[in-house]
Amino acid sequence: MSITELEFQATAAQTGTVTGAIEGRSQWQLTWRRLRHDKMAVASMIVIIVIAILAILAPVFAALTHHGQAQVFPNTGLSASGGPLSPGSHGFLFGTDELGRDLFIRVLYGARISLFVGLSTTAMATVAGVSIGLVTGFFGGWVDAVLARFIDTVLAFPFVVLALSLAVVFGPSLTIVIAVITFFSWAGISRVVRGQALSIKEKEYIEAARSLGASPWRIMFVDMLPNLIAPVLVLATLSIPAAIVFEATLSFLGLGIQPPVASWGNILSDAQSYYQIAWWYLVFPAAALLITTLAFNLLGDGVRDALDPRTERIFAAGRRRKRRMAGTGTTQIDDMVASILADSEEG
Amino acid sequence: MSAFVDPEPGQSMITDSLLADDVLVQVDNLVKHFPVKGGGLIGRTVAQVKAVDGVSLTVRRGQTLGLVGETGCGKSTLARCIAGLIPATSGTITFEGHNITNLPRRKMQPFRREIQMIFQDPYGSLNPRRRVGSIIGDPFTIHGTATGAARKKAVQELMERVGLNPEHFNRYPAEFSGGQRQRIGVARALALRPKLIICDEPVSALDVSIQAQVLNLLADLQDDFGLAYLFIAHDLEVVRHVSDSVIVMYLGRVAESGPKQPVYETPRHPYTAALLSAAPAADPEAAAARHRIILTGDVPSPINPPSGCRFHPRCPKAQDLCGTEEPALEVKVGDVETHLTACHYPVQTGENLADAARAVRGEAS
Repeated sequence: MSITELEFQATAAQTGTVTGAIEGRSQWQLTWRRLRHDKMAVASMIVIIVIAILAILAPVFAALTHHGQAQVFPNTGLSASGGPLSPGSHGFLFGTDELGRDLFIRVLYGARISLFVGLSTTAMATVAGVSIGLVTGFFGGWVDAVLARFIDTVLAFPFVVLALSLAVVFGPSLTIVIAVITFFSWAGISRVVRGQALSIKEKEYIEAARSLGASPWRIMFVDMLPNLIAPVLVLATLSIPAAIVFEATLSFLGLGIQPPVASWGNILSDAQSYYQIAWWYLVFPAAALLITTLAFNLLGDGVRDALDPRTERIFAAGRRRKRRMAGTGTTQIDDMVASILADSEEG
Repeated sequence: MSAFVDPEPGQSMITDSLLADDVLVQVDNLVKHFPVKGGGLIGRTVAQVKAVDGVSLTVRRGQTLGLVGETGCGKSTLARCIAGLIPATSGTITFEGHNITNLPRRKMQPFRREIQMIFQDPYGSLNPRRRVGSIIGDPFTIHGTATGAARKKAVQELMERVGLNPEHFNRYPAEFSGGQRQRIGVARALALRPKLIICDEPVSALDVSIQAQVLNLLADLQDDFGLAYLFIAHDLEVVRHVSDSVIVMYLGRVAESGPKQPVYETPRHPYTAALLSAAPAADPEAAAARHRIILTGDVPSPINPPSGCRFHPRCPKAQDLCGTEEPALEVKVGDVETHLTACHYPVQTGENLADAARAVRGEAS
């Protein structure tokens, strides 16, 4: 019987109507409540959703404007002197590049690459990192000795050097980019999961599971995994922007996404020679990269705070303060700082 | 009289052949040593913690065997060995005639249904991230005895049986009080209809009023399902209340064992006598009248237990012999044949040990 079947049965047994009873708030409901009150996190989420929608709709924009991402417009897309067009002219929202391609469409397509690389590598790295971390933490002994040293080795590896050599050997491609980023992302997650697993496996409820005859795999994935979701969620959220920057770096160095396919990294690389005469060529892809990674980082911080029950007090203090200062024109940052200061005084 | 310690189990099987059918679990000369690893890259074993050092006991069907002793005397280690949670160093554990000592997990599986455990900490023993329905339903899932709707029904019946609202199966453990959580633990242990439930200090983490409720629940369940309990506690009154027989452990060994009444009323081992004299009495007059035997020193380290009788450095009656020769667990003159004591100089009826202890400490009486 597989783990998924077991889990499915578990959920099957849980579904059913609870009548008349007051439903307690689960950990996730509480987390969501805290996250909702974190304005920075909510703003980040909105930004990420907007970017994701724009990325998904990139072909729609391409169809509407009749501008493909690699389509050159030598007649309408270049200035009289043959340089890039500035934003807004001739229906090019972000202007054009030196070949007369629509920069807006290229940045949108770049978002597709960035988000795809960020999410897919994070998903794979999380699955690998959690599995390996659980196994080494749970089994201990020589399994742990071997795998933990392997994790250390990966973390100590000069990743740019490996990425360079892999790109040279196999030729740069999206697959290589994803493989390299995944390979360098799982180890950090593994190390945290291993540490958590080491402490969780000593808990009495794990002993209870063993006394019922649960298999090691069941204990790892049914009993231990739910207790690991909080730290893993934070790590995963924070590893998305890291992967996006990593992809941009590789593409910038010419080892990642190859032209004419657009990626923020290779657009920035091309823009190097032109930004003095065409600021938009550099600014728009750079801003896209900055806003996306910043939003993911801020969301990650928000998730971490929301998962920590102690932050409830900070938010509560912030709300109290806001009511008191209503109309005095203080900013939210002031409130937060004041409440954190007050909190540290109380503690 | 139901459960007692066998000094020589092979012999007892013959003499007690009439009672042999009654035996549910037989533990013979069980030893559990934990290695103490030295520092360095390759941890060398530098010492052994002798947590359990040659304990024999018998649990009989439908009866309760109480196990008492100070913290660190090996009670919980013994329980975990019997439950198959940690491997024994040596000795045998027999369940209904089957040797279940150190069985691999798969072979142990059928016996897991028969031997279940209730844990001490009602907070630590329930997974905080799983719903109560899943926790109580786990035994059914693991052993494949009920799935889907049947499983949910079985879980709700169990919850009702242990006094929980069956509607609450969808809640998390954090939404329950300590007593309710312990009931969840009882329901989980009961799910597979075991024959033996090992209760590892099941009420010591609970409020006194809640303790009584949980103890009464355990007693009701024993009557209904014919359960045997191995009941571990350090509260002597709790053990007196629930047990048919009692074993007193000291530093990994049995000090005294036998039916509840003689052990409590005429303790033979000075350690048992000291424990009993230290238990608070509810009646103020009895409390004032009792002579407390105050022991000196702490429990010695189980890494390096004292020679001879392990209790001799703290014993008010200790003589030279106690430090050299280990006393056998045997019947003392005037006791029933099931009341066994491991002592060279057992306490005599009417003997005032409190004064002897005071003399040892060098105080005027």
